[in-house]
Parts: sequence; C-alpha cells; structure tokens
Amino acid sequence: MTTTEHHAVEHHDEEHDHPSDGKYIQIALILGVITAVEVALSYVDVGKLFVPALVICMVAKFAIVAGYFMHLKFDSNLLTRVFVSGIVLAIGVYIAFLGSLHIFS
Amino acid sequence: MTVAEHTSAAHPTTAHHTSTGLTNEKLAMWVFLGSECLLFGGLISTFLLYRETEPKAGPAISELYDIPYTSVSSFVLLMSSLTMVLAVAAIKRGDQRNTRVWLMTTALLGASFVGGQIYEFTVFYREGLGYTTNLQGSAFYTLTGFHGVHVSLGIVMLLSSVVMSLRGRLGPERSEAVEIVGLYWHFVDVVWIVIFTVVYLITP
Repeated sequence: MTTTEHHAVEHHDEEHDHPSDGKYIQIALILGVITAVEVALSYVDVGKLFVPALVICMVAKFAIVAGYFMHLKFDSNLLTRVFVSGIVLAIGVYIAFLGSLHIFS
Repeated sequence: MTVAEHTSAAHPTTAHHTSTGLTNEKLAMWVFLGSECLLFGGLISTFLLYRETEPKAGPAISELYDIPYTSVSSFVLLMSSLTMVLAVAAIKRGDQRNTRVWLMTTALLGASFVGGQIYEFTVFYREGLGYTTNLQGSAFYTLTGFHGVHVSLGIVMLLSSVVMSLRGRLGPERSEAVEIVGLYWHFVDVVWIVIFTVVYLITP
C-alpha cells in the first residue's frame, strides 16, 4: 500500500469515528454545565481556589471544543501539532512579555 | 478500484495527493488559526497589562461588567458551535435542507452575539467609558471589538455558504468547504471561552 493509499484509508476510517448528532448535543450540554459552574464560581467565595478553578473550566471547555467540534481528536495529529504550536508560542511569548513588565509580581 | 480511488470517489474534495494526506485548504486554515492565537494572545496580554493601571478618567472596566448578561451571550456563542457542527455533519450525510437550517441557525446565533456586544458597548459608553477615556477602555474595546469583527466575518462566510447551497453549488462533494468555515467558527468560539474567563470573570 502506498503512502497516499495509507492516508486515504486512515482518513476514511477517521470519518466513521466522528460522533453522532446526539453525541454532539451531549457535548454541548457538558459545555453549558461547565459555563454555569464558571458563572456560579463568580458568586461563591472559594478563596484561593477561584482562579485555578476558573482556569481549569476554561481549559476543559477549550479542549472539548477543539477536540470534538473541531475534530482534532479524530483528524491527523499534524493538525493538532500545528494548532498547539501556535498556542504554545503565543503563551510563551506573552508570558515572557508580561513577566518582563512585572505584571505577575 | 484501489482503496485510494474508492475514497476519492466517496470524498472527491479529499482527493488531493499531498504528502500529508490532508487537503491544502484544510491545512492552510489550521496554520491560519495557529497564527491567530498570536494575534489574540497579543490583544489579551495588552488588556491584562492595562487592566492593572489605575484609570485617570472615567470608570474602571470591572465596575461596568454585567456578568449575567455576558454569560448569556457566551452561552449563545457556545451553542452556535453546536449548530455549526450539526451543519457539517448534515452536509457530510448529503442532507442539504438540514445543512442550510443549521448554517442559518448558526448565523442567527452569531448575529445575536454581535448584537449583544454592540448593546454592551453602548451601555459602557453611556456609563462614561469611551474608546479613548482610559487605557483599560481602549484595551477592552480593541480586544472584544476584534473578536466581534471575527464573528461578523464568520457570519458572512455562513450566509455565503447558505447562498451557495441554495444555488446547488455546495453538495456533499464540497463538504470540506463547510468544515473549513466551521473550523473558523469554532476558533472564534474558543477565543471567546478564553476572553470570557480571563477578561470578565477573573478581575483584579
């Protein structure tokens, strides 16, 4: 089997792995629940856990949308690497930028 | 018929013979989205920087937030991602009617979000925070305004897709075009997920 054929078979298989409409609705409900938790956290005093809890919720929502709705979980790993490279580069550059201006101190 | 030929017949748009097995259009969109992370990273960082400064005129931005209102807007945009993915699933099935229904629903939800953002800007302006009133306001309007422009461009793409579908130029063989519009739309959504948390919920 040639490389092209191999990729074609992989792509064909991946297409069948995509979730059903019902699964997408379940995923959206989970996203809605996480958003509700985020908003609730703004009204409840959780002390030092406030920021970490919000960041965890944000990362979870980001990962769910990117993984399931953008199909990164099912598509070629190359796409994940391209996207994650952009995210890591942005986070690295701007943490260095904000750090140099003593924003975290 | 080889496996590659069979797949090409089933999915003509994926028939490009690239070394990655991915179409150039899809890969290009992901590279573009990766670069957009740097754009929005810069805008969010600038906002975080200027949020720490004491406003010399006008109100502080955090005094004006209406969290319940913005939460509803965020939920609307989040649900538009669901309708978008349902549109992609519909066109892959060859279901033209539902493709158009979900694309239109996504565009309407997006328009509701943009309308909500314009209303929010109007309220903030009436409260005394103009674009040049203080650094916080400038950074806030630039960040959320840029995002709003991205959503608006997404709506144009969605409506264009609906028109193409009505003219019979968006059959199942071109499902990847809708998928690529969807990638852009979901990206706009994930950017808002970050903005909602970092800008609105985590306040100094």
